[in-house]
Amino acid sequence: MKQTFAIGIGGAAGQGVATPGDIFAKIFSRRGLHLNAYNAYQSIIRGGHTFLTIRTGPEKVTNLGDRVDLLIPLNQDAMDRHLRLLTAGAACLYNSDTIKPGVAAEGAQLCPLPVSKLADITRNKVAQNTIALGAGLSMMGVGFQALEEVLAEQFKRKGEAVVSENIGIARVGYEYATANFRPFAWPLPMTGNRSAVLSGNTAMAMGGAAAGVKFYCAYPMSPSTGVLHWMAAHARRAGIMVRQVEDEIGVVNMAIGAAHAGVRSMCATSGGGFALMSEGLGLSAMMETPVVVIDCQRAGPSTGVPTKTEQGDLWQMLGAAFGDYPRALAAPLDIGDCFKVISEIFNIADRFQCPGIVLCDLLLSEGRLSVDPKDLDFDPVIDRGELITNASSVSGANDDGKYKRYKITESGVSPRAIPGVPGHTHTAASDEHDEDGVLISDEFTNPTKRRVMMEKRMRKVAGIEAAVPPPVLWGPHDADVTLIGWGSTKGVIEEACEILTEQGILANQLQIRWLVPLHGDAILDILKDARHTFIVENNYSGQFARYLRSETSFVPNGYIRKYDGEPFMPHHIVEAVKEQLSGKTKLSVPAHEILV
Amino acid sequence: MATTLAATNHVAVADLKGKVDPDWCPGCGDFGVLAAVQKALVELQIPNHNVVTISGIGCSSNFPGFINTYGMHTLHGRALAVATGVKLANHDLTVLVTGGDGDGFGIGGNHFVHSMRRNVDLLYIVMDNQIYGLTTGQTSPTSRVGMKTKSMPFGNIEAPVNPISLALAAGATFVARGFSAEQKHLTELIKQGIQHKGFSFLDVFSPCVTYNHDNTYQWFRPRVKKLEDDTGYDSADWMAAMGKSLLWDTEIPIGKFFERTDVPTLHGAEPVLDAGPLAHADMRIPGDVTRSFVEELM
Repeated sequence: MKQTFAIGIGGAAGQGVATPGDIFAKIFSRRGLHLNAYNAYQSIIRGGHTFLTIRTGPEKVTNLGDRVDLLIPLNQDAMDRHLRLLTAGAACLYNSDTIKPGVAAEGAQLCPLPVSKLADITRNKVAQNTIALGAGLSMMGVGFQALEEVLAEQFKRKGEAVVSENIGIARVGYEYATANFRPFAWPLPMTGNRSAVLSGNTAMAMGGAAAGVKFYCAYPMSPSTGVLHWMAAHARRAGIMVRQVEDEIGVVNMAIGAAHAGVRSMCATSGGGFALMSEGLGLSAMMETPVVVIDCQRAGPSTGVPTKTEQGDLWQMLGAAFGDYPRALAAPLDIGDCFKVISEIFNIADRFQCPGIVLCDLLLSEGRLSVDPKDLDFDPVIDRGELITNASSVSGANDDGKYKRYKITESGVSPRAIPGVPGHTHTAASDEHDEDGVLISDEFTNPTKRRVMMEKRMRKVAGIEAAVPPPVLWGPHDADVTLIGWGSTKGVIEEACEILTEQGILANQLQIRWLVPLHGDAILDILKDARHTFIVENNYSGQFARYLRSETSFVPNGYIRKYDGEPFMPHHIVEAVKEQLSGKTKLSVPAHEILV
Repeated sequence: MATTLAATNHVAVADLKGKVDPDWCPGCGDFGVLAAVQKALVELQIPNHNVVTISGIGCSSNFPGFINTYGMHTLHGRALAVATGVKLANHDLTVLVTGGDGDGFGIGGNHFVHSMRRNVDLLYIVMDNQIYGLTTGQTSPTSRVGMKTKSMPFGNIEAPVNPISLALAAGATFVARGFSAEQKHLTELIKQGIQHKGFSFLDVFSPCVTYNHDNTYQWFRPRVKKLEDDTGYDSADWMAAMGKSLLWDTEIPIGKFFERTDVPTLHGAEPVLDAGPLAHADMRIPGDVTRSFVEELM
């Protein structure tokens, strides 16, 4: 198993969970360590319970893992919820002035910090957090200087006095732990790697900037709002027009308008906002104006659990808007992929003049991952397809020299002229139309023309399928168990496979990234030799399992599902596989032991 | 709206004729609006490839198909949202939005209000016939109280929206009303609306000869009174405009109610557009800028 170390910081919203989390993350990253972080929180601004997990290690950390090595409860509630889950080798740092510990497991170290004796708590209200930071790093074997540097940066704006006060408090905590607590058995290593730490939302926004997006608009909705925040903050430097719109109906239509005028245009929302956008997706398809929409899934239906993750929007994506039309639908596999997938889907949307949908979820959107800066490539391939942006282009002309916007072609793709180009005026309509853009829906209804135009658009489906790679199997081909997942579950399934293999159950993984086109034949070919197949997904009804069955008739040996709002942990999948191999059930729904 | 004057080619009415003839009912008020728009574009000499005519859904929303400019026939109620995107992606284009009262004040009411407060630089022409026509005659947001339609056969019991007062309250920087039977007057209002830098709202009485038997040409003719004939009227006076907007029944003002030119347009207020339209911008971001984006994360 890969060596990792996980910290859990719990407390009420507003108690300052994020700041120590950011500081730990920065220190780990600067030591050349990888990290994966996730904040379990609620839809309130002050109060409640939030629990931030940061897992670090010298190799890639693909998920949050199964254990917490260092627990820092900032209030009694956090202590009561999490102490019982610590195992041998772990430690809990807490303010012994205000928090009473429970009974820790054998081998787990309770580390009381007499905060009021160590710092002047009347002056510094978050002294307990800073002391715990220092104490924790001491026990991890990290030199104090690393913390000193980050604190100096963190409080620079507040002046020299605040910087030295915080460094002083941190040093007291550091020295107190050195004198009083047992260090962790595994001191944190250092590597020469340098990585960027970012959320999936930041990655998708940056991916958009890299893909040449010049128009971004949104209505705030968790967990997609981070995309808007990055775009808004960087718009002027990146040359992107960013607008906050009155509702998601306005969002998608404004994005389509901008796209129609010739720019790459993107918007992001969550399931509820996407529902409002669905008529607009049909407009994009019918006018053949490419637009990219990101759906960051949260637990539904309706307002649902706004701050919790789920993979419950798949069928909404498949069925969005009425009528048949070509679309592309991709689910990024991790936060690095959130960046990459945007330019890829823009190329598909532009080439085939259809909507592209990115199906992300809260786990990736708001989680954070260390990524090699080289993987944030701001010079990706940009393929705008058959686009006419100036009068000298003749690609759209028919034999008679007249431009026909919806010219019937073998590929189904008709050269697209943007407004402003002389000699190419036309009307793009949501109504069915002929090659010349003239409406046939009302007075001129003509079944032959309708059929021809429908077939023209739908011919693009074959082109999209050829342009998108089929999925591949990861791991040994002679495995006992094949775990099938899609999108954000990639990392946790990967670790579950490693654990299973270590325990003598050879496992491999089929992770689906492109949902439309699905490449059903390639999937069937991969699965034909599989011994035991299990579909793992974060929803109640097995949305992907049902989709795969509808497209390929494939039925797996069993299903592993979770719909409590929290992501899978590796042991959930490992135990479910064993339970199913023993023949006890075909449907496992692991319980989430952590109450967040 | 800013205009682009043609340097060389003369723009004639024939250039602006659509690929098909209008399929409106004979006598429909919308014919007069189409003719006035074509005349205004000729008088302003704006080349047709620099014009985008954008509509929603309804009888009057078939408009883009009947004029030879770039056109977008979008979703019911969504024309203004689409038009905002077009204008922000290429602010060199002249953007005209056309539609009906149901499209603009009913299903599209939200976008109507917000487009005005944003001062998007476009001309929005509503062909207001106080009825739903294409769905064969139901009550619209501007139908008068008591009006009998298929959806309210015992008479409308809901108060109508007042488009002029609403536009004034929402911050439109150019607010006018025309009558499709007053061609010269209407053409002049369209020209002014195109030339105005900001959101120009033009409500046009465009009688439905098939389904609205209350608000006919004969009903409007004796009532409409041009604001331009009132020498004491100052269209820079918002309060006066609000007062005039409330007149109905015996005297219905048409003409320019209000205009102010001191509010920046949406595209003018955003420095990102200073370097020119985004539709022609370099898609790549300079390397020093993208490196700084990555550095922030380290």
